[in-house]
Amino acid sequence: MTLFTRIAETQREPVSFSLDGRSATALAGDTVLTAVLTQADSLRLSEFSGKPRAGFCLIGACQDCWMRTEDGQPLRACSTEIQAGMRLLTAVSGARNG
Amino acid sequence: MDEPRIVIVGAGPAGVRAAEVLVAAGLRPVVVDENQRAGGQVYRQPPAGFVRSKKQLYGFESAKADALHRTFNKLRSYINYLPETLVWNCDGRQLDLLGRGQHQSLPYSHLMLCTGAIDRVLPFPGWLLPGVYTLGAAQVALKAQGCVIGSRIVLAGSGPLLYLLAYQYAKAGADIAAVLDTSSFSSKLQATFDLLKQPLAFAKGLYFLAWLRCHGVKVVEGVEKIAVKGEQKVETISWHKDGREQTLECDAVASGFGLRSETQLADLAGCAFEFSQLNQQWLPQRDQAGRSSVEGVYLAGDGGGIAGADAAELAGRRAALALLEDLGQTIDAGESRRLDRALQRIQGFRRGLERAFPTPVEWARECADEEIICRCEEITAGELRHAVDHAGTVEMNRLKALTRVGMGRCQGRVCSAAAAEILACSTGKSLAEIGRLRGQPPIKPMPVAAGAAASLIRETS
Repeated sequence: MTLFTRIAETQREPVSFSLDGRSATALAGDTVLTAVLTQADSLRLSEFSGKPRAGFCLIGACQDCWMRTEDGQPLRACSTEIQAGMRLLTAVSGARNG
Repeated sequence: MDEPRIVIVGAGPAGVRAAEVLVAAGLRPVVVDENQRAGGQVYRQPPAGFVRSKKQLYGFESAKADALHRTFNKLRSYINYLPETLVWNCDGRQLDLLGRGQHQSLPYSHLMLCTGAIDRVLPFPGWLLPGVYTLGAAQVALKAQGCVIGSRIVLAGSGPLLYLLAYQYAKAGADIAAVLDTSSFSSKLQATFDLLKQPLAFAKGLYFLAWLRCHGVKVVEGVEKIAVKGEQKVETISWHKDGREQTLECDAVASGFGLRSETQLADLAGCAFEFSQLNQQWLPQRDQAGRSSVEGVYLAGDGGGIAGADAAELAGRRAALALLEDLGQTIDAGESRRLDRALQRIQGFRRGLERAFPTPVEWARECADEEIICRCEEITAGELRHAVDHAGTVEMNRLKALTRVGMGRCQGRVCSAAAAEILACSTGKSLAEIGRLRGQPPIKPMPVAAGAAASLIRETS
């Protein structure tokens, strides 16, 4: 299942990354948010209700899209570009910083 | 006299035009911007390697977008440009920056705040579900990433962006299931006189609406009680029209009710604020030219009150002229008068937009107690009302202290408009009377390690 649908700019170079332990492919220039939501339904779980979240404003204002890498690094998905080899997790609360 | 140290925050239409005027006067400003590339939100540029033309990206506004980008490219060697850099604090004529993992402090003699705006958000049942975004978010997904937010999309809310986005999405091939407008046809009709002050902008609005109708996009005006349902993500949206409930299947919803200025840095810079009836928001005071109440601090663009991209370009130029005048330079008085007149015409149009697309007045009264107002910490309308009923809260900062609303990661950017409406409605006071949330550094979250390094540098320097 996915949330976002690509409708343009699909000729970019592929970028390999890992999503919840599975290998996945994004396109160069994708944000982490785009990379994840074109192949999954959410970015993280709310640390309050445990329910899934998938970002909201996409301009770095609402802070709803902080997610985690496997080694615990927090990153704001809407304003971080996907990099080859990133290992991202969706099934954790990604909001707390530091 | 020492060289002035001028810092412009924001590289959107206001910031770029301000920089242009200052460079033309022989100055070298620093331009700090959180985005990767200049253009702001409205003229946001996709990352390198994207191939759509500016016409495809910006439509009717492509010439303006292109002109702004070209101007900025020419300015690059005459300014100090810090992209991907967050200004997280402003304290005693110094900014604290975090860019690409590096902390630095940046003292200034003159500060030009061009901080822009975000969508005005009003919560509705289901607004936390994956698949619900702001109108601005849906636009960024398309413009900067070549994506749409779902395969069957509903746009709901109010304001000109609702129709612009519907047009952009439908034209790009997205399936728009419906456009749900909470404002009525009659409110738009009553606003025609003011809207005609910007005939071209008015004509574009009519064109978008006509285009949508011609292409069979369902447009419903005068909608109430929007609610989204779904288990793990959006599955349906329902609304009331003339007392009857209707439901549509969809997998994504974009919603917004106009825009709100980003004012946190003006607050930390010590600017005095006043309540703006037009914007329904507390805004930093400024004179016609863009001078704030603090000497050497200027405001331009949507960050000082919503007026749109064309006004932002004019206001950036105007505020830069004011800055030059304050430095003792002789400025072209004809040019500043021309800018003032153009800005006044746009203000008239803006009044018309507010009448055409009013914020739903019944929202706070109808919002259910279990509705979550704060996305960050999931604080409900009922908790806010409880603080009024049991603690006698009548002021926003008190409400924050008691309930934590506005204390989460977004620092109230998303929730404060709705929380203020709830507090005003529950106390019977006006938005002006209940006050505003005070800004707190850091104005956006940053990794703890970077903050620790910052305090270390300060202590040892």
